[in-house]
Amino acid sequence: MANISRSPWLLHYDGSSCNGCDIEVLAALTPVYDAERLGVVNTGDPMQADIFLITGGINEQNKDVVKQIYDQMPRPKVVVAVGVCACTGGVFKDCYNILGGADTVIPVDIYVPGCAARPQAIIDGVVQAVGLFQQRLDEHNAQKRKEA
Amino acid sequence: MKLGITYMLLYIVLAPFIGGFLEGLDRKISARMQRRVGPPVLQPFYDVKKLLNKQTITVSTSQMFLLITYFVLMVLTGALFFFGADLLMCFFVMSTAATFLYFAAVVTSSPYSSAGAQRELIQMMAYEPAVLLTCVGFYLAAGSFNVSDIAKSQMSNIAFLPGFFVAFVFILTIKMRKSPFDTSASHHMHQELVKGLTTEMGSRNLAIFQITEWYENVFLMGVVGLFIINRNPISIVVAIAVILLVYFLEILIDNSSARMKWQQMLKITWAVTLLAAGVNLIMLMVIR
Repeated sequence: MANISRSPWLLHYDGSSCNGCDIEVLAALTPVYDAERLGVVNTGDPMQADIFLITGGINEQNKDVVKQIYDQMPRPKVVVAVGVCACTGGVFKDCYNILGGADTVIPVDIYVPGCAARPQAIIDGVVQAVGLFQQRLDEHNAQKRKEA
Repeated sequence: MKLGITYMLLYIVLAPFIGGFLEGLDRKISARMQRRVGPPVLQPFYDVKKLLNKQTITVSTSQMFLLITYFVLMVLTGALFFFGADLLMCFFVMSTAATFLYFAAVVTSSPYSSAGAQRELIQMMAYEPAVLLTCVGFYLAAGSFNVSDIAKSQMSNIAFLPGFFVAFVFILTIKMRKSPFDTSASHHMHQELVKGLTTEMGSRNLAIFQITEWYENVFLMGVVGLFIINRNPISIVVAIAVILLVYFLEILIDNSSARMKWQQMLKITWAVTLLAAGVNLIMLMVIR
């Protein structure tokens, strides 16, 4: 059984966030919290990413973008919604152009609440996502073996 | 002959491990330079293992073939070198390999990937003169292009080729995709090109690219060692020490410099090549 939990690569996409959560996401990657010690790399490329961090709510303009990024990521993949806007739409929920949280267009696995989410909470969310990432590969491999 | 084949096989088997370990050290030392804890030294191996386990998404069917050709040619480069064959031949095969990498990037027709590939060509234009001059330098100093003959010189060749050494270490920064000249693949967190050359390489393709880079780095470090090595077996220890020193220098440059535009890269690289290697070449011609 391959252990892949040591190398989670993040892709960070800013939906329609106010940038509060984005600053906290980047703070989690600074030397103070040093996410790279857990093997985390912040990549900008969906083809190479494992965990999709999304901040901000979904609106009419970015729903296709979010969907396309999700589709471009190879399996196994995990989606983490960071901040209350990505979870539910937050204070912008009732705005005319907001559809709601990230789960209105793609399946979200981990919800990290907060306005803005704290770096500690983001790292905790990512650590949980890493566990799920490993679990998905194991399930996928088990199914492949059953079919063979 | 027998010894050559042993070295060649050792290279083919051990190079990815040495290359991966060197990259792990690189990431650890880089992190320490930025006052971070940094990833474990074996992190590059974890990364490649993960990449091999992910679903393969093929953007273009020929990309895999082109990347494997790049891989095979790069292994061949190092194999020829450690076998003790012609140094010129090694560098020509290396350039051919780099061309296949260019094709693997443009074949996807992604704008980021193509822009990265164009920059890769400019990088090749910048480092190629220094590489060719290095071969000429070795010929003038040791009287042969064959690596096995050069390694058996009376004296370390760096005594005759200090300028060539400076030029070669300078272009190593480009070859190793280190910061001031890292225009084509944009490592680290500057992502104006997404991932440049490697944008459309996911999972397995990226793993092949990564392993090829390890083979390439070990070969390049071998060339650095060739400057030092001579008939005396103790020179091997000195060569390894110099290799580690050069590697550390590259990490230091990577962490302490901002990136340059390609125009600056071309000007500076050619200036250093002409001044250091060119002057050295003239002096060698006058002495001999």
